[in-house]
Amino acid sequence: MALPPLPRERLHDQLRTMLRIRRFEEALIELAETHDVGHFHVYIGQEVTGVVALDLLEDGDVGYTTHRNHGHLIARGVDPAAMLAEILGKATGTNRGKGGTLHLASAAHGFPTTSSSVGGPIPIAVGSAFAFRALGNRRLSVALFGDGALEEGAWHESVNIAALRALPVVFLVENNSLEALGQKANEYPSSTLAAKRLTDLARPFGVPATVVDGTDARAVHRAMRRAIARARALAGPSFIEAQTVRWPGSRPLWPRLVTGPTDLAMAWEPARIGDEHRPWHEHQDGLLRYVRELLAAGLATPGEVLAIDEAARDEMARAVRFALESPYPAPEEALDDVFA
Amino acid sequence: MPELRYIDALRTALADEMAADPRVCVLGEDVGLGGPFGATKGLVERFGDRRVRDTPISEATVAGLAVGAAVAGLRPVVEVMFVDFITLAMDQLVNHAAKLRYMTGGALGVPLTVRAQFGASGGFGAHHSQSLEAWFAHVPGLRAVAPATPNDAYHMLRAAIRSDDPVLFFEHRALYWQRGEVGEPDGDAWAALIRRPGEDVTIVTWSRMTWSVLEAAARLAEEGISAEVVDLRALAPAPLEPVVESVRRTRRLAVVHEAVTTAGLGAEIVARVTEGALDALAAPPVRIGAPFVPPPAGPELEALYVPSPERIASEVRSLVARSRRESRS
Repeated sequence: MALPPLPRERLHDQLRTMLRIRRFEEALIELAETHDVGHFHVYIGQEVTGVVALDLLEDGDVGYTTHRNHGHLIARGVDPAAMLAEILGKATGTNRGKGGTLHLASAAHGFPTTSSSVGGPIPIAVGSAFAFRALGNRRLSVALFGDGALEEGAWHESVNIAALRALPVVFLVENNSLEALGQKANEYPSSTLAAKRLTDLARPFGVPATVVDGTDARAVHRAMRRAIARARALAGPSFIEAQTVRWPGSRPLWPRLVTGPTDLAMAWEPARIGDEHRPWHEHQDGLLRYVRELLAAGLATPGEVLAIDEAARDEMARAVRFALESPYPAPEEALDDVFA
Repeated sequence: MPELRYIDALRTALADEMAADPRVCVLGEDVGLGGPFGATKGLVERFGDRRVRDTPISEATVAGLAVGAAVAGLRPVVEVMFVDFITLAMDQLVNHAAKLRYMTGGALGVPLTVRAQFGASGGFGAHHSQSLEAWFAHVPGLRAVAPATPNDAYHMLRAAIRSDDPVLFFEHRALYWQRGEVGEPDGDAWAALIRRPGEDVTIVTWSRMTWSVLEAAARLAEEGISAEVVDLRALAPAPLEPVVESVRRTRRLAVVHEAVTTAGLGAEIVARVTEGALDALAAPPVRIGAPFVPPPAGPELEALYVPSPERIASEVRSLVARSRRESRS
């Protein structure tokens, strides 16, 4: 049993958010087949980590994330329609068309800015934690990044400073490079680290470090709850490594729906799973795992799951229409917002 | 009006701004001890170690930390010990601090100040003597200033801290011991200032070169050349309208900076002023800066590297002589 110890309604909310992320990313990939969307990165396969962890934050807490940000922002309530508009560069976007997919931001939802330089968000997350501690407001900061960021010098400086000052920051590393060893043509490189374990990069600084299966909602919930409690008690930072297998569709340079649109019925009708991408559908896709566990625990029925999914798909279809129909910014706006 | 050393004016500005605004905090290597030159001396005793924080030798992350702190409600003042080491902070300053307002469509500001000591003095050599302001003038979203007097140091630092934009505050260490009256501000903090009115040539400069230019101007005056010396003060964005206006009157332009001449800020100034006043110019503008070499160590070579009053006067003299022959009037 790997569900967080939460009421049924809360678990349904988590499923709803995961499905909204999943259908958002699928809609975006589909849109990219007919529209110039630029280069983007999807959160497919990592929804459990982001949704379960960020569900524990409170208003006022902030997160700083990377190019792989869509799931994080949807998890904290940012409007997918505004996000899609931003990805298309429209004036109705979260950043008024000036940021794009790599810099999606919404200060009101606790994402002041998103960085696309690897390692970039980490010092900023530490800085906000520094401010929160100085201001005494019990807020905390979450640095969301991938295994690659641990190769940057800024990581080592940041964990050092956070530990020295016992800053209220949680370092949540999403390691989605588990089975990709070395660089292959047209695929992303794996972690290029001499360290054998990512947690080894936090422990020398005295920072408690845990590894969890990123598709194990209960483990993610437990680790994050502990880290948040430490932060709010001003006991210092924590390091959580959430491991997932990279979604096969994220291996090519541009995301492709190689595993097909997610067929939720695979969670209760195993015969629907074909040989192609069998491991993915059987046990690597965290979203299907979450559904299976809800059903096994008697906390949801297939009918309920499908109803939530239908609403998510409708919402994303509307978001696509909104984004397509929205206007671009006026040309003069390209010159605004350089200085106060 | 008290007479203060430049470095005391900086410290007083920091203390006054910290007293006025509880969000202002100071971060940097050894700032608790006062820093290598004493700019922050006494501040930690007065404001406590929560507001005056020593940092590890981690320029990259300290700059990023300041960005994150500014976003979350503080007004950090980061001290970079030598501007040469600001190179380590470039990602956070250029990709983040400068761009957050724009990338978020105006939703965020980064009210951050970075104080960086710079310049060639004492023969410290290549890693402790550079002038790098041109790099930052090239980044939309960053402001940069370089005060030449204790009074400007005081008022411009307070203005920099109060600004809602990220500001690079360049302090030449050879100015640290200079005394001057600190009282009413000399005009707008972001505006250029005419330090010496003149009729024959406009010399634009800033920071420590201002004094070398004024010395050169005094010698030139004895030879009948009246130089108008403009202390630019704000380098990015550079307030060049008064310079254009001045060149329209004097018809001659020289830019003097300690930074390397090649691709230095002088090139931008000459380009923009020429665009604005080409028909008024009696001769091609002249840039006087350091040669295209890394700063040498040792006093002898350093003296050849930094533009001297003699060299400045000589080049301006040639400019005037050339233009008298070529003048259309």
